[in-house]
Amino acid sequence: MKRKDTIRIVGISCYVLFVAVSFVYGFSPGEEIGNHFVSFSVDMLKLLPCAFILIGLFEVWVKRETVVRHFGEEAGIRGYVWAVLLAATTVGGLYVAFPLAYSLYSKGAKLSVIFTYIGASAICRIPMVIFEASFMGIKFTAIRLSASLPLVILTSILLGGYLAKRNYKIMEGK
Amino acid sequence: MMYYLYIATGLAVLISFIANRKKTLEAVKISLKRFLNILPAFLEMLILVSIVLFLVPDRIISNYLGSNNMLAGVLLASFFGSITLMPGFIAFPLCGILLKKGVLYMVLSAFTTTLMMVGVLTYPIEKDYFGTRVTIVRNVVSLFIALIVAVMTGIFFGEIF
Repeated sequence: MKRKDTIRIVGISCYVLFVAVSFVYGFSPGEEIGNHFVSFSVDMLKLLPCAFILIGLFEVWVKRETVVRHFGEEAGIRGYVWAVLLAATTVGGLYVAFPLAYSLYSKGAKLSVIFTYIGASAICRIPMVIFEASFMGIKFTAIRLSASLPLVILTSILLGGYLAKRNYKIMEGK
Repeated sequence: MMYYLYIATGLAVLISFIANRKKTLEAVKISLKRFLNILPAFLEMLILVSIVLFLVPDRIISNYLGSNNMLAGVLLASFFGSITLMPGFIAFPLCGILLKKGVLYMVLSAFTTTLMMVGVLTYPIEKDYFGTRVTIVRNVVSLFIALIVAVMTGIFFGEIF
């Protein structure tokens, strides 16, 4: 773990140095990279504080039994329905879905439901779907959703089942 | 869209604070801790994104997706969709333009689906939560799902068979 952190710090420092030097000497590729970094960071900073605050509130207010009942072993098919509905209202993308998935998991959600949630939050977030349909047509969106959603659920069940058998655990302490 | 999120979050915090001050403070502490824990991974992702966006700008993607060969088009689209990260408000207008230029629906389907589901750039974050192996498996599975979706799109739009 120690060595990995060192590599990380060295890598990040090299990057910062490269971008800084590029700006000082007007090296345009470096400047472009720096600009991309800033604009993407700003986009994410608009979203992440809200996402993490909501995760915090979820952690203190939602009871473990509630999560287990709706997303856990005993939920059955309803667990997948809930996962898809929750995903539909998720904003952002995969990078917001991962921390939320972790919260659900730590409160007792089933692995296959977690993977369904992650997959579904990639493909069926409501604002994105509306946006997609308006540019690509409703037929395109309908085909995409009806082909991908069942596959996401099916592969999540397979993957979750396989990992559960092998006593897989999502990393702790994040 | 963003404003609704701010309003909803603000309201949630307010209601929580009125209901129980201690719990709300606890929640803020948890949020902060979680955020700081995953921050290095986010930083890595942002660095990767900035480099990839420089190496593979939109116009290169547009050029390649218009390829005449159907199979090559779908495979290239999946490749670009997997290695880049684009918010929907950029990706879909881009696809809309490509569609008008005559790019096949199935190629755009492969591109958007991999863009959404396969995250090479979000790898640093995903592996922190799920570990390397599961991250790779999930992404490979997602790639195959995207290819199947592309084929279905092609069939329904009469582009293949």
